[in-house]
Amino acid sequence: MWAEILVIVIKVVVVSSVLLTLVPIMVWVERRGAAMIQDRLGPNRVGPFGLLQPIVDAVKLITKEDLTPSGVKGVDRLLYLLAPSIALVVAISVFIAVPFGFDPGLKLFGHAIDGFIVAPNLNLGILYIFAIASLGVYSVVLAGWASNNKYSLMGGIRASAQMVSYELAMTISVVGVLMVSGSFGLQDVVLHQSGTWFGFIPRWNVFPQIIGAITFIVAAFAETNRLPFDLVEAEAELVVGYHTEYSSMRFAAFFMSEYVNMVTASSLIVILFFGGWTLPGFATPAGWLGALVSIGIFAVKVAFFLWFFVWVRWTLPRFRFDQLMALGWKTMIPLAVLNFLLVGAGMALRNL
Amino acid sequence: MTVSSTQSLTERHPLADAFPGDGVETIGNDADGHTVLAVDRSHLLEILRQLRDDDRFRCDFLSDICGVDYPDRQQRFDVVYHLANLDSGERYRVKVAVDEDDAVLPSAYGVWKAADWFEREVWDMFGVRFEGHPNLKRILTHEAFHGHPLRKDYDPGQRWLLTEKDIMTPEWAREEQLDDQHMESQVLNLGPSHPATHGTLRTVLRLEGENIVKAESEIGYLHRCFEKMSETHGWQQVIPYTDRLNYCSSMINGVGYALAVENMLGIEAPPRAQVVRVILSELSRIMDHAVCLGANLVDLGALTNFWYFFQIREEIYGLLESCAGGRLTVSYARIGGLAHDVPADFEEQVRRLLDYIPPFVADVDKLITRNRIFRDRTEGIGVLSPEEAVAWGWTGPCLRACGVPYDVRKAHPYMGYEQYEFDVPVATTGDTYARYLVRMEEIRQSLRIIRQAIDNLPGGPVITDDHHVALPPKEKVYTEMESLIWHFKLIFEGIKVPPGDAYHFTEGANGELGYYIVSDGSGTPYRIKVRPPCFALYQAYPHILEGLLVPDAIAILGSLNIIAGELDR
Repeated sequence: MWAEILVIVIKVVVVSSVLLTLVPIMVWVERRGAAMIQDRLGPNRVGPFGLLQPIVDAVKLITKEDLTPSGVKGVDRLLYLLAPSIALVVAISVFIAVPFGFDPGLKLFGHAIDGFIVAPNLNLGILYIFAIASLGVYSVVLAGWASNNKYSLMGGIRASAQMVSYELAMTISVVGVLMVSGSFGLQDVVLHQSGTWFGFIPRWNVFPQIIGAITFIVAAFAETNRLPFDLVEAEAELVVGYHTEYSSMRFAAFFMSEYVNMVTASSLIVILFFGGWTLPGFATPAGWLGALVSIGIFAVKVAFFLWFFVWVRWTLPRFRFDQLMALGWKTMIPLAVLNFLLVGAGMALRNL
Repeated sequence: MTVSSTQSLTERHPLADAFPGDGVETIGNDADGHTVLAVDRSHLLEILRQLRDDDRFRCDFLSDICGVDYPDRQQRFDVVYHLANLDSGERYRVKVAVDEDDAVLPSAYGVWKAADWFEREVWDMFGVRFEGHPNLKRILTHEAFHGHPLRKDYDPGQRWLLTEKDIMTPEWAREEQLDDQHMESQVLNLGPSHPATHGTLRTVLRLEGENIVKAESEIGYLHRCFEKMSETHGWQQVIPYTDRLNYCSSMINGVGYALAVENMLGIEAPPRAQVVRVILSELSRIMDHAVCLGANLVDLGALTNFWYFFQIREEIYGLLESCAGGRLTVSYARIGGLAHDVPADFEEQVRRLLDYIPPFVADVDKLITRNRIFRDRTEGIGVLSPEEAVAWGWTGPCLRACGVPYDVRKAHPYMGYEQYEFDVPVATTGDTYARYLVRMEEIRQSLRIIRQAIDNLPGGPVITDDHHVALPPKEKVYTEMESLIWHFKLIFEGIKVPPGDAYHFTEGANGELGYYIVSDGSGTPYRIKVRPPCFALYQAYPHILEGLLVPDAIAILGSLNIIAGELDR
C-alpha cells in the first residue's frame, strides 16, 4: 500500500519536474536555434553557451511587478488571476496519460512500477488527453476576456475558434491509429508499432498513415499556437493577444504552458506515429538498463520534434485568420476523414 | 522685403491661348522649364480641371500643395499647386493668392484625390480654408492647437496642451452603432503605439468582427516643425534636419535638398561628389527597401528575413559611418558637394558590399517569394488601380507596383543617372505582393547602378570651389586675404541664394521627394516645403482598408513603408 503510493508520488514528482525543467531548456534551444537560423549569436553570456540564461530570465520574471489592468475588478479580476493557472495546470496534467519508456516489469520498493506513465490503469488514454487539453482554451478565452483590452479579446476569440476547429481535425486524424492498435491506451499503441515490415521498414504508423500523420502534426502546431498558427498571439496584429496585459509570473505561466504543450505534442507525435520508444533492429536490454535506454530513445525522438517546432517557427510567415479556418475546415478535416477511411478499407481488405 | 513670385514670367507664352478667359493672370516658364501660372481665385477650380482634362496638359498627377506667407503683401498668402503630366514629364505650378481676411479657396479634392491631406496641411499651417473639402481639420498639429504655425507672425514660443477630451475622434467612431442583428460593432485604435505601426501613427477602425467597415488615420505625432525651423537657419544648417525626414535613408534626403539649392544657385557639385552621392544614395535606397521589406515580413510573422535584411543594413551603416561619421543621420551632403572626401578604402569597401549583399537578398527570395502562406496573405490585398494610384499622388515603388513606370531617376535624370544602365521594375497587380516584388527588384537594380558608379569613380575635389557657396580650405583662410574674406562672409551672412522659387525633386526611397524652395535673397530660406512621398501614400491608406480584415491592414501598412519622420516632418 505505502509502496504503491510512494511509487505514484515519485512518478508525479519526477514527471512534473522534468516537464518544468524542459521549459528553460527549450527556451534556450529556441533562442539559440533562432539565432543560428537568423545568422546571429543569441544569448551566450550567462554560463557556458548561455545555458544559464533561462535561470536569469526566471529571476527577472519573478521579481517583476505583477500588474492588473485598471478596470479589471470583481469577478473579472478573479478570472484574470485564474487564467494563467488554468493554462499551466492543464498543460502539466495532460502528461499523466503519456507513457515515456519501456517497462520490462520493474519493481520499486517491492511494488511494480506499472510502466513509465503516471496513470497506468487509465484505459481512456488518448481520450483523456484530448479532453483535458481542450480545457486549455479556457485559459486563453478567460485571459482575453478578463484583460479589458480589445486586442486581448480578439486574441481570445480567435483562440476559441482556432482550437475548437483544429481539435476536430486532430481527433479524427488519430482514429486510424486507434483502429489499427485496437486500444485507447498509448502503451498499446506503441507496442503495436514494434517490429518491421519486410525486415527493414519500421512498423511505425507514419508509413501506412502518412496523411493522418501530417494532419496530426499540423493540428498539433495549431493547438500549441505556434507559428504559422500563432494568430492567437500574433504580436504584430494583436500586440501579443490574450497575454498582452499579463506580467511577471502570470505571464511566465502562459509562457511555460506553451512549452509544456510543445513537449506533450511532440511526445504524442512520437507515440502515435513514430513508434514511441521502439527502434527497429534494436533489442532493448533487460532490467533498468533497458528502461533507461528506451527512455533515451523516446527522448531523442521527442527532441527532434521539439526542434522541428522551433525550426518551423523561424521559417514560415503567419496565416490570416480566415485562411486558417478555411484550412482547418476545408482541408484538414476532409484529409483526416480520408485517412481513417483508407485505414478502415485497408483493414477490411486484409480480413477478407 | 518682398519676394516676387512672377519674376521669370513672360507676357506672351505659347500656352497662353489655352486660357481664353481672364482666370490666368500670368503664365511663363521658370529656369527648370516648369510652366508657372498665376491664377485668380474665382477661376481656380475651372483652370485646375482644364489642366487635368485638356489634352495639351493632361496633368493627372498632383504632387503637392504648398502655402507661402507674405505678411507685407496685399494678398497675404500664396497657395501653390505642383502638377505634372507623368507621360510627358511636363511640370506645372499654379499659384493663387488669397487675402488674410477672406482666406478661402475651392477644394481640389474633386479634381485630384491627392488634394485631401495636402489641403488639410495648408489649412493647418496657414489657415487657408478649402471650401468643399470632405474632412477639413488639422493634420500635423492637434485639435487643441491655436493659430497657424507657418504664418510668419506666429510666435513659436507658445505651448498648447492636448488633454484627453480633445483627442481626435472621427464622427463615426463616437456613437455606438447597432446593425440589423443588434450586434455592436467596435472601434479599435490601431496605434499610435502599436508594434506594427513602426512609428507613431494612429488609425481608427470600426470593426464588425475583424472586418474593417470604416477607417481614418491620424498623423502628426512626430511633427518636429522642420519647415518652420528651416526658416530660422542658414541654408547649410538645414541639412541635419533633412536627415530626420526619412531616417531609413537619410543620405537621399540630404542629397535631394543640396541638389534643390544648387539648382537655385545655378552650380553643380564636382564629378567625384556626384558619383559618391549616387553610390551612397543607392546604398541608402537598398537599406530603406531592406528595412521596409524586413519589417513588413515581421508583421506577417516571418522574423528571420528581418535579420537577413538587417545584416545588410548593418554593413551599409558601417560604410556610411566610415564616410560621414554618423550612421543613422549622416549629414554628409553639403550644398555644392560633400562634407569631406570618402576614406581611402572606399572603393574596396563598396566592392565588398556588392558581393556581400546579394546572398542575403537571395536567401529572402528563396524563403518568401514563392511561399504559399505569404502569397495568400499578400496577393490581391490592398489593390489600387494605376489611375487611382496616380490620383492619390502615389509615387515610388508603390506606384510602380500599380503599373505606372514613373521613376524620377529615368523621367528627369539628375546627378548623372542618365549615364547608368538600370531598369525600372514595374508590376501590374498593385497589391501588397507586387510592392514586395518591386522593392526586391529595386534592390538588385540599385546594386547594378553602384557597380557601374564605382567602376567610374573620378578623382578630384568633392566640393565646389565657388566660394559664394563653399568655405575655402582652412590653410588658405590662414594664409590668403581673399579666402579669409570669403570665410568671414559665408560664416556671418551665409549662402546668398538668388530670390525666387523653384521646385526640385528626386527619387527618394519611397517616391518623389520634392523640395519647393522660396528664397528672398537673404542667408536663410524664406520657405522650404518638403513633398514627402509617404504623405501621399498614407492618405490613401484608410480608403484602401475598407472591406478588408485587421491582419490585412497590418500587411498593407508595412508594404507602404510609412516613415513617421518624413510623414510628419
